[in-house]
Amino acid sequence: MTDVIMPQMGESIVEGTLTKWRKKPGEHVERDEPLFEISTDKVDTEIPSPAAGTLAEVLVEEGKTVGINTVVARIDESGGNGARAATPAKPAAAPPPAAAAPPAAPPPPPPPAPVSEPAEPAGISGPLSPLVRKMARDNNIDLSQIRGTGAGGRITKQDVEGYLAQRQASPPRAAAPPPPPARPAALPVEATAYVPPAAETPARVRVEPMSTMRLKIAEHMVMSKRTSAHVTTIHKVDMTKVAKVRERLKTDFQTRYGLSLTYLPFVTRAAVEGLRAFPIVNASIEGNNILYHNEINIGIAVALENGLIVPVIRNADEKNVLGLQRAIADLAARARSRQLKPDEVQGGTFSITNFGSFGSVVATPIINQPQVAILGVGSVEKTPVVIDDAIAIRSICYLSLTFDHRLIDGALGDQFTAKVKSVLENWSEEVL
Amino acid sequence: MRNCLWRDLGLVNYADAFELQRALVSRRKRGEIPDQFLLLEHPHTITLGRNGHMENLLAREEILERAGVAFHPTDRGGDITYHGPGQIVGYPILDLRGWKRDVLAYVRAIEQVIIGALADFGLQAGRIPAMTGVWVNGAKIAAIGVHISRWVTSHGFALNVSTDLSYFQYIVPCGLTKPVTSMSALGARVPRESVIERLVFHFGRVFQYDMAGANIETGELIYD
Repeated sequence: MTDVIMPQMGESIVEGTLTKWRKKPGEHVERDEPLFEISTDKVDTEIPSPAAGTLAEVLVEEGKTVGINTVVARIDESGGNGARAATPAKPAAAPPPAAAAPPAAPPPPPPPAPVSEPAEPAGISGPLSPLVRKMARDNNIDLSQIRGTGAGGRITKQDVEGYLAQRQASPPRAAAPPPPPARPAALPVEATAYVPPAAETPARVRVEPMSTMRLKIAEHMVMSKRTSAHVTTIHKVDMTKVAKVRERLKTDFQTRYGLSLTYLPFVTRAAVEGLRAFPIVNASIEGNNILYHNEINIGIAVALENGLIVPVIRNADEKNVLGLQRAIADLAARARSRQLKPDEVQGGTFSITNFGSFGSVVATPIINQPQVAILGVGSVEKTPVVIDDAIAIRSICYLSLTFDHRLIDGALGDQFTAKVKSVLENWSEEVL
Repeated sequence: MRNCLWRDLGLVNYADAFELQRALVSRRKRGEIPDQFLLLEHPHTITLGRNGHMENLLAREEILERAGVAFHPTDRGGDITYHGPGQIVGYPILDLRGWKRDVLAYVRAIEQVIIGALADFGLQAGRIPAMTGVWVNGAKIAAIGVHISRWVTSHGFALNVSTDLSYFQYIVPCGLTKPVTSMSALGARVPRESVIERLVFHFGRVFQYDMAGANIETGELIYD
C-alpha cells in the first residue's frame, strides 16, 4: 500500500482544498496519472499518482481542506496491471507499514465533520449557507462580528471575504467595525520607477532575437565556464601510421560502405582506449561525489549552419573504426537535417570536437557539462620533424584535452592524452 | 539566466487558445520547448473556473448569445470572468521547478509583473489581501486564474487596457461584488503594444528570465 498525501504547493502553504477526485475507489491508476485536484488561491493543481495500482481507499472527500502531508488516499500496488487486484479487500492481516498507523483514519470519514463547530452565536440573522459556515470555521471567524448584506441580513460569502480582507488589512481585533465598504488598502508595492521607452535603435544596427538554439548554446557555455576549472593540455601526435592506414583503406571504404574515411574515428577509437585506462576522465561530478560511468558514450560536436549540436555515440567502446565512422556520419547527417531524437544528444560521458576540419591547428574547447573532459582534434598536416637527428616528413596533429581540474589533475590529464597519442602513433591493425 | 520565449498572438478565440495551451503544456512537460509567455486577446467570452459558481453568471446563455458573448467552462482556478477586446490576456507556460515550487509565490509574482507594468504608465496599483488580482483604488484592473499540472502552469491573467467594462454586467467577476476598471478608464490611454512591452520587461525581471521574442506563424509555434 502506498500512502497518497496532500502535497505542499509552496513554502507558506499549510493546507490544501481537495476539489476533485479523478479516480473512484477500486479504479486502477497509473503512476503519474492525475489522481486528484487541489485548489489554493486561484490556482488549480492536478496531483499525479505516486504509484500504479488500485485506488484502495479515499480518506478525504471532495471539498475538504486538510493540512499538508495528510494521507488523503491509499493505493494498493499488489494488483499489478489488472484493473482490480485479485485480493478483494485486503484484510487487516497485511501488516500496515509501521508509520502509517496514526493518520489512518477510519476509511469513510463521517461526512458532516463533527469538529468543534463554533456554537452559532445569537444575533445572526438569517440561515447560514454551508459555504459560509465552512469559511467561518476555516478562518476562525466569529460570525456575530459580520453584518450580513444578503436577503434579510443574511451573511453571504462576499460578506465573509470582505471581513477577511478587512481583518487582514487591520490586524487589531476591532470589536465590530461596520465592514461593508472594505477599505481597499492598496498594499505598498515594490517601488518601480518610470522606465522611459527604449532609446531609438541606432540606424546602423540590425536587431535580431537569438534563436533558441543560440540561447541554449550561450547559456551552456557560460554555465560550463562557471562550473568547471578548465585547463587545456596540448600534445603533438605523429599520425603518419594512421594516415597510411587511412590512405590504404579509403577507396575500399568508399566503394564497400559508401563512407569517406576520416581521421575522426581513429581518434575516437584511441580516446576509448584512454578512457578505459583512466576511467576518471569518463566520470562526472555530482555534489561531493564522483560518478564513474560504466558506459563510454562519446559526444561528437557537429557544426550546424547557425549553431552546434553534440550527438552521442552510445557504447563507443563496442565499435571498431568502421562502426565509429558509420555512427559519426549518420549522426552528423541527421544533426544537419535536424532529425536527431532527443535521447541521441543526451547521456554523453566524454566529447570530441574536430576543429581541425575547419583548418584550426590548436584550440581550447569548453567542456560539455556535466562531463569532465573534452578532446579537441587539430588539422593533420605534413610537417618536417627531427627523428634520430634526421629531418623527416610526418603527418602531425595536435590534440588538446580540456579537463576539469576539480577532478583531474594535470599529471592525469597528460597521462590520458599520452595514452591516446600512443595508440594513434602505434596504430595496429588489430584495433581496427 | 533561464530563457523564456514570449509572443503576441493577437486575437485568438478561447477554444483555440485553450488547445494551444494544452499542446504547449505537454511539450513543456517533455522538455521539448523552453518556458513560454503567450500574450493575446480574446473575442467577447465569459469563462467559468473549475470551482466557479454558475450563480455568478447573471445573464442567461441566450442573452449572452444575443450579445455575441461566448461562454466556456474551463479548468483554471478562480470563479467567473470576462474576456474581450481591449484586454491583454497573458498565459505563461512555465515549469515552476525551474523557479520556485510555490503556487502562492507564483500568483504573487504575476501580480507584481502587472503592478510593475502599470506603474510605468503612472498607475499606482496594488493588492488586496485574500483577493488575488491587481487593484487600483478598490477596483479590479487585472484578474488571475491558474492551472498547474506537474508544476507546469497554464492560464494566467487578464489585464483591462481599454476593455468595454459594460460587458462585466453579465457576471459577478470572480464572485466578488467589487467594481472593475481599466487603464483607459483611469486615464492611461496607451497602445496595446506598449503595455505588452512593459509586461514582458517586468515578467523577465520578476521571474529572472532572459526574454526572447518569437515570431508568429499561424497556429503552430516556431521552435528550432
